[in-house]
Amino acid sequence: MEKLTSPYKWGMVVDLDRCTGCGACVVACQAENNVAICAKKEISEGRDMHWLRIERFWVGEYPDVRVRFLPVLCQHCHDAPCEPVCPVYASYHNPDGLNGQVYNRCVGTRYCGNNCPYAVRVFNFYDHEHAWPPPLNNQLSPDVTVRSRGVMEKCSFCIQRIRRVKEEAKAEKRLIRDGEVQPACAQTCPAEALVFGNMADPESRVSRLSRSPRRFKLLEHLGTHPSINYLKGGGREHV
Amino acid sequence: MSEHTEHTLAAKSAKQVNDELLSSMRPPTFRWYLLITVLSLVVAWGTLAFAYQVMTGMSVTGKNRPVMWALYITGFVFWVGMSHSGTMVSAILRLSQANWRRPILRAAEAMTVFTISIAALFPFIHLGRNWVVHYFLPYPNQRGLWPNFRSALLWDITAITTYVIGSSLFLYLGMLPDLALVRDRTPEGWRKKMYAVLAMGWRGTAREWIVYQKASTLMAALIIPVAVSVHSIVAWDFAVTVVPGWHSTIFPPYFVIGAITSGVAAVITLMIIIRRVFHLEEYLTPLHFDNMGKILLVICLLWSYAYFVDVNITWYAHEPIEWETFSFMAGKYTPLLLLMLFGNSLLPITVLCFKKLRRNIGVMLVVTLLINVCMFIERFLIIVPSLSHKNMPFIWHTYSPSLVEISVNAGALAGFVLLYALFTKFFPIVAVTDVRELGVRHADVKLGRAEVHSLTEEE
Repeated sequence: MEKLTSPYKWGMVVDLDRCTGCGACVVACQAENNVAICAKKEISEGRDMHWLRIERFWVGEYPDVRVRFLPVLCQHCHDAPCEPVCPVYASYHNPDGLNGQVYNRCVGTRYCGNNCPYAVRVFNFYDHEHAWPPPLNNQLSPDVTVRSRGVMEKCSFCIQRIRRVKEEAKAEKRLIRDGEVQPACAQTCPAEALVFGNMADPESRVSRLSRSPRRFKLLEHLGTHPSINYLKGGGREHV
Repeated sequence: MSEHTEHTLAAKSAKQVNDELLSSMRPPTFRWYLLITVLSLVVAWGTLAFAYQVMTGMSVTGKNRPVMWALYITGFVFWVGMSHSGTMVSAILRLSQANWRRPILRAAEAMTVFTISIAALFPFIHLGRNWVVHYFLPYPNQRGLWPNFRSALLWDITAITTYVIGSSLFLYLGMLPDLALVRDRTPEGWRKKMYAVLAMGWRGTAREWIVYQKASTLMAALIIPVAVSVHSIVAWDFAVTVVPGWHSTIFPPYFVIGAITSGVAAVITLMIIIRRVFHLEEYLTPLHFDNMGKILLVICLLWSYAYFVDVNITWYAHEPIEWETFSFMAGKYTPLLLLMLFGNSLLPITVLCFKKLRRNIGVMLVVTLLINVCMFIERFLIIVPSLSHKNMPFIWHTYSPSLVEISVNAGALAGFVLLYALFTKFFPIVAVTDVRELGVRHADVKLGRAEVHSLTEEE
């Protein structure tokens, strides 16, 4: 069997100094990936389907209160805890460094969801296949499967966009250029807090940004080796 | 009432002993039918709840993100744990040639087979898409898909399948001579035919007995490592993860000890019930409860030690998120935690130290029943609080069981009792030949003026 190698290692930089917590990325993700819209009840039960969430923290005591935002999405770990525990390979690592999820292979043991330290895997507790009554179904993206009840789903770094650009680049016999492909969240972010690109290319914007001294990774001590680098925020207040 | 079974045996004819030991197989009474009906109704209710879940989705359970495993996996670990002891107790006592084991062998072995069968249902029940359960199996298919043997769930399936087969064979092998006995006592009809097939032409020749002895000793020796491995693997489901509170190296031995605790307690509970229902007071004497009580005491001490080590190391390391998990568990579930520590550690260790209390059937019933209730709680306290407070504080959530989950668990309990009640009606629940073998080996020998009772030992 030929060895699967790839010139791409997709990664992201999240600059916490730039994030305003506007939530545009959450909405963009929802629109792009056919993420189900949940009722109030489902969200209060802890069964919301967001692939990307903005964590909001209050820091300090009144009157010196500041708010911090932390966008959390699948970290596409290189040593992902969710991958080895899946009994059917529904959660797998692809050569581009993406942590893939095969919906029609998933049996719904939810073991991956337990083992994900970032808690970014969402499970279809409810039947969301009919969450878009006509004519709303016309807004569904034709590139993305609508997940059935009982399967796990999560951020894919908009793999459908990566695939499309890859094919175009292949037709022109070249590699994907930096900035040619972006997931919906990065594309939408008005403050450019989210930057996506190829970490294997040392000259890409995402690689250059990730060499910042402000760089850190979420739960780095667990040794999951995430593909997402965060740039520490609140620089002017606490150095 | 005589203390030693061999005295009872010496005083009775073979036919009388057979009659008494096989009393469970007499034609069913009205009360038996009533019990079966009630149990079947509960099982039907549990099955209905499961069907409702399959039709509606996992939303009918209390699970959420991040508590993705809850009462079903608690049930799974609980039933696997209970299955532990039957075979373990039987095999260890067989190998150590403890003569008092004889009347309780069958009850323990049958318990193992039924509890492990019940346990095996839970991983299936808890799936999000139960209808594609065959994806777990390594069957050849044109898509070239294969299950992931790095996953602890696949180890689970392998271990449990092995254990189901092994413990069933162990039970069946031990039952062969008894099946022949029952065959010979049964009047013509479908039951006689069934026993004739199951007894596989056993006639009781010397050669058959030699082979049988060898086979059962071998089987006993082989089944022990399987039993230990099964619960280690169940512990690995938790220990190999990065979930705080689960990721602990002591889990496999701790789970094995916990399993033996609940298993031994369950065997004693069953002994008490069988003794009462089938009037076997002369065969299951206080001596048996005394000895089983001693085993239980040792295991409870071990369990307490393992639990102490688990908590103590976490406290000493004080890793923030692990400590948060434990603090959350102790804070939110204080009454459950205290009850669990009382029922699993404090009460049995105090009570079982006293011979008088070990020989008191009522006390033993309370202690052993409480142990199993507390073991269920223990599993719940391991699984749920750890998931509730994982690494990301923004996604912390609590869990409360839904009616569907409770119904399925109740159905599982009723299912176990139902299988057991049916088994006692159709198969000898006391190992008749084993008990009678003791009578044969026993003789009163005259040494001068004194009459000493002696026992020929097995080789």
